[in-house]
Amino acid sequence: MKKATLQLETLVCPSCMLKIENGVKSLQGVDKESLKVLFNSSKVRVNFDEEKVTIQDIQNAIEKLGYKVLKTQVKEL
Amino acid sequence: MKIQKFILDRKKYIAILGAVLIAAAFIAKYAFRQEKVAEWALIIASVFGVLPIAIQAFQALRVKVVSIDLLVTIAVIGAFIIKNYEESAIVTFLFLFGAYLELRTLNKTRSAIKELTQMAPESALKQMEDGEFEEVEIDEVDVGDILLVKTGAKIPVDGVVLSGEGHINEASITGESLPVSKKKGSQVFAGTILENGTLQISADRVGEDTTFGKIIELVEEAQDSKSQTERFIDRFSKYYTPAVLLIALIVGLISRNVELAITILVLGCPGALVIGVPVSNVAGIGNGARHGVLLKGSEVISDFSKLDTMVFDKTGTLTIGNPKVGDKVYYTQDIDEALEYLASVEKESDHPLAKAIIEYLGDIKTHPVEKTDVMKGSGIVAQVNGHRVAVGNVSLMEKEKIALSEEALADIAELERKGNSLVLTAVDGELKLLMGVRDQIRHGVKEVLQSIKKLGVKNLVLLSGDNQGTVDIVAKELGLTEAHGNMLPEDKSNYIKELKSKGKIVAFVGDGVNDSPSLALAQIGIAMGSGTDVAIETSDVVLMNSDFTRLPHALGLTKVTANNMRQNIIIAVGVVLILFGSLFFPWMNMSIGMLAHEASILVVILNGMRLLRYKLRKNKIPKIIKEEK
Repeated sequence: MKKATLQLETLVCPSCMLKIENGVKSLQGVDKESLKVLFNSSKVRVNFDEEKVTIQDIQNAIEKLGYKVLKTQVKEL
Repeated sequence: MKIQKFILDRKKYIAILGAVLIAAAFIAKYAFRQEKVAEWALIIASVFGVLPIAIQAFQALRVKVVSIDLLVTIAVIGAFIIKNYEESAIVTFLFLFGAYLELRTLNKTRSAIKELTQMAPESALKQMEDGEFEEVEIDEVDVGDILLVKTGAKIPVDGVVLSGEGHINEASITGESLPVSKKKGSQVFAGTILENGTLQISADRVGEDTTFGKIIELVEEAQDSKSQTERFIDRFSKYYTPAVLLIALIVGLISRNVELAITILVLGCPGALVIGVPVSNVAGIGNGARHGVLLKGSEVISDFSKLDTMVFDKTGTLTIGNPKVGDKVYYTQDIDEALEYLASVEKESDHPLAKAIIEYLGDIKTHPVEKTDVMKGSGIVAQVNGHRVAVGNVSLMEKEKIALSEEALADIAELERKGNSLVLTAVDGELKLLMGVRDQIRHGVKEVLQSIKKLGVKNLVLLSGDNQGTVDIVAKELGLTEAHGNMLPEDKSNYIKELKSKGKIVAFVGDGVNDSPSLALAQIGIAMGSGTDVAIETSDVVLMNSDFTRLPHALGLTKVTANNMRQNIIIAVGVVLILFGSLFFPWMNMSIGMLAHEASILVVILNGMRLLRYKLRKNKIPKIIKEEK
């Protein structure tokens, strides 16, 4: 398991959070319990299984929803 | 994909285009009577305007979210079908323009916290294999690396100085802006600034593990933490939006009135309700962060604002925690011998009173001590040079059957009245010395407690392991409502349990080490005086640098923040109710609905923004609180 932190462009509407939550949760291999979309700091924190999903997949899923990912960071858990 | 992104990135320009076209349409229509031109201008404005909204609605639908964008898109398409181009153009413009203003104002409310996170170091000069220093991204620094810090630069990690000297401004960690001198072996902290000198340091903790990293993470999590009310609103809005869609559909089908149905769609947007509380939260926490007060989330804000009882530990919290010998009385001619015996015995002990006495006596001859007997809670009895020496309080003297003269009893009473803890010394059954040891009350504590009282905290309670006499004196001097002495840590936590069972909202202010059960038990725990890390982790409200004088600001801030949240909920709900109520009036239409809706969002954001400027009013502020730089 790895821990990813993604810095997004500024989030404005709280409904964005729901979108991003659902979008990331639909990926195979992310730990749904650990998913946190931080509205005010416009960050996503999530743990994922690197054998099933890559950080690029997570980034793509978020960008497909229309939110630019500015920076990603992956840490060993 | 690319086109969608292209359009979304240009929302701002689309809004401007919309405004220009709408203005042109009105001029064409009323000034030049060019109805056709006006109509086409509005059609173009509507089509461009609805594009980004529709894209967002579609993106949300793909992950099974019915968003506000969907409501607006359907409403605009509906208006288009009934050929009401004026409304479709105005609604899309208002929606896009509103979103832009929201972004701008929201960024303002978040600015305080952004300032904090921007203080995080981004690069470091790292020693490479060839021994040269090279600038690298902060992520590339690992524990054990050797780093060079030059004058004016930020310390990139938590670590130890290997060589060099300098002065560091540690305001980002401690809130104290007076530079601290550092030399070989000193601890340095990430995010602090080297004001002069050059240092080589070794990295002990990097990134999120540093004290500064922890503070940032804490604040970020805090501003997004949700209270019960917020979780309720979230759940509510999840079903609310689809419900509005359904209601509009049903109303439309029954009444065959498309205009009415699409008006309901626009009125139903829940904007201000979902954004009102988070905005107050982030602005309140941001204000705190600027003033050296970290509030761990909105639950803490809500609890702290309702506080009615504050419980304090004495030593190290209300007092400096460094007791000193104040008064002494001698009952013997051979003072030096008695003092030497006293020092010999006290050297064996690490009791705070013993430390104070050793410090007071300084370099003094001591004798070998035999058969030391520690009497718990009363003192020490030992053999020194063949004499039986008893050092301790009055109850030890009684146990040792040492006669106390009238004169001595009067002295004892006098010293106790002055708030001393007593240390008596008897040699071979005869009283020789009486010393009073006193802990000083922290500077400014009295004023702080007064302002806390003014802010509505009715009960100020002191719990201490010290004797009742000392505790009473501190309580009287500081104007506390209750004071209990001779308490063990478990007595304190039991006491807090009891207060809570009586329905009190309790904050405990203690030292964070032996009081941790009480800190955890109280609704609000505030750790003081211990290492920064421990204080940050155990406290619900973190006072930077354990600065007691920030308490009134923290309390006042949570009160106005909690109030602000309530105001925002009332504004949001009120606007929705009024709008739905006005559905029955003929002047109500989609554009007015959208205007009111966007306006209410801006009002709650602006209302939240007021919190950034909050400061305790002068007459409530203790003088020693430092002016903001």
